[in-house]
Amino acid sequence: MHSDDVIWDTLGNRQFCSYKITTKTQNFCRNEYNLTGLCNRSSCPLANSQYATVREEKGRCYLYMKTIERAAFPRRLWERVLLSKNYEKALEEIDENLIYWPRFIRHKCKQRFTKITQYLIRIRKLTLKRQRKLVPLRRKIERREKRREEKALIAAQLDNAIEKELLERLKQDTYGDIYNFPIHAFDKALQQQEAESESESDAEKEEEEDEEDMDKREFVEAEDSDLSDFEDMDKLETSSEEEQEEEEEVEKKASRSKAKGKTPLKGPARRKRPYIEIEYEKETEPATKTKAA
Amino acid sequence: MGDNWLGCGVQQVLITSAKSTKMWVITSGAPQEHLRRPKLAPPKAIPKTIENQRVYDETTVDLNDEEVAFDEATDEFAPYFNRQTVPKILITTSDRPRGRTVRFCEQLSTVIPNSHVYYRRGLALKRIIPQCIARDFTDLIVINEDRKIPNGLVLSHLPDGPTAHFRMSSVRLRKEIKRKGKEPTEHTPEVILNNFTTRLGHPVGRMLACLFPHSPQFIGRQVATFHNQRDYIFFRFHRYIFKSEKKVGIQELGPRFTLKLRSLQKGTFDSKFGEYEWIHKRREMDTSRRKFHL
Repeated sequence: MHSDDVIWDTLGNRQFCSYKITTKTQNFCRNEYNLTGLCNRSSCPLANSQYATVREEKGRCYLYMKTIERAAFPRRLWERVLLSKNYEKALEEIDENLIYWPRFIRHKCKQRFTKITQYLIRIRKLTLKRQRKLVPLRRKIERREKRREEKALIAAQLDNAIEKELLERLKQDTYGDIYNFPIHAFDKALQQQEAESESESDAEKEEEEDEEDMDKREFVEAEDSDLSDFEDMDKLETSSEEEQEEEEEVEKKASRSKAKGKTPLKGPARRKRPYIEIEYEKETEPATKTKAA
Repeated sequence: MGDNWLGCGVQQVLITSAKSTKMWVITSGAPQEHLRRPKLAPPKAIPKTIENQRVYDETTVDLNDEEVAFDEATDEFAPYFNRQTVPKILITTSDRPRGRTVRFCEQLSTVIPNSHVYYRRGLALKRIIPQCIARDFTDLIVINEDRKIPNGLVLSHLPDGPTAHFRMSSVRLRKEIKRKGKEPTEHTPEVILNNFTTRLGHPVGRMLACLFPHSPQFIGRQVATFHNQRDYIFFRFHRYIFKSEKKVGIQELGPRFTLKLRSLQKGTFDSKFGEYEWIHKRREMDTSRRKFHL
């Protein structure tokens, strides 16, 4: 027994113990057979030749005991007793095995056993609930998907597609009478007449017209910004000379736009692009302008 | 420049350098007559795009096909399209949603009319589903979250409907959208579904359409778009206004996100025992750049 004191004196207090962890407030013991986990004279498994712990393995709890008689045989040092699964029975078994042992060790063993059973219960409960499954991401694939998405977005041309679809629906009268576009009905009637009157011989001309329309449309879309500058420039140039004419044109446009929709325009927030309408009108009206000039 | 003196369409081009020594360089290719005579320019070629070059999918749905029409009349969405059921949607998340996901759920519920957001406090989906069916919900949306951003969407049509699992990316909340308008109103929006052509894409499109009530209120002038391009489904929410009969202006409100279908399952959500109608298998399906499934 006196060698315990010597061991504690050297390891515990003065010299190095490899199981000891010092923190600001407390010292811990990393030894797996330690009963409390703290580095104390009464809890150190090295410095006590009569010692007991409770440890669990694969969900079953065991009581480990160490006595002085076996101190010379390290292989047989720790004696292991399987504890019953029943909580009360196991406590009785601990009491049985540790009869006549110091009170401290008995008490701490039971406390440790209680804690272990509690966390085993919690483990079993959690495994029944839904588990969060971690799926590893693969970097290359994520990058590839991201790039493909970006390219698909560009190819989709969402705004155009949505606008086209909405105009289609307008043409097919899904909106009924909400929007009064009289010119639209007139155009439709015109188109129908044209389709009836023209025969296959005019198919080529129609194709050409379509191509021209396509070209016109391409032309328009590509040079949006240029035209906007152009029209501003026009306004600046002709402002001094042809103010009256411009005002008339603007008034005409305003009146037309008011007549076209019962729904009010919502001001600058609505205009995403410069008015292409002006461009169309110029194509038909340059004669008048030049005449006026 | 000599015409074809080699007799095989190879042209010689004269290059004059600064030191005025003349070099002859042979360029191969068609004789460049159009440089001299612009009227005979070759017709402009149609540029090849991935959509043009797409591998033809045998399962492309022809809308006039009788079989398809019959299928549509008898599948799980028929009650919706016959206007027998009104959509009622439950939006929920995975456990412990973080700020972004929560806000996204709220905005999604403003976009989809008649939808309710409930937080999941550790409840199992299998137990939620019978309760939802009992309370007349028609659809269930679960938004999965990873590291505080939503990254997955499970859409389940409730009375025994198919379950689609999507991967969600580029989620933009309302405040991150530039030039956005005011908040979406309570009017039911219109729905636009673009490019859902194949046998797989068609039911997916119908499932997405089932989220919205059947008759849109045109007074609201709102439109929700699901646009499929190269297997990515882009969702946008706009308000439109017709400026003339040929021009319409659109203004984006509402959240936007992209979806990519990962799996389609018959029946409601059941990861272990459900029968999968389609799963995205990377090794088999991602081999060609021009093959798409939706």
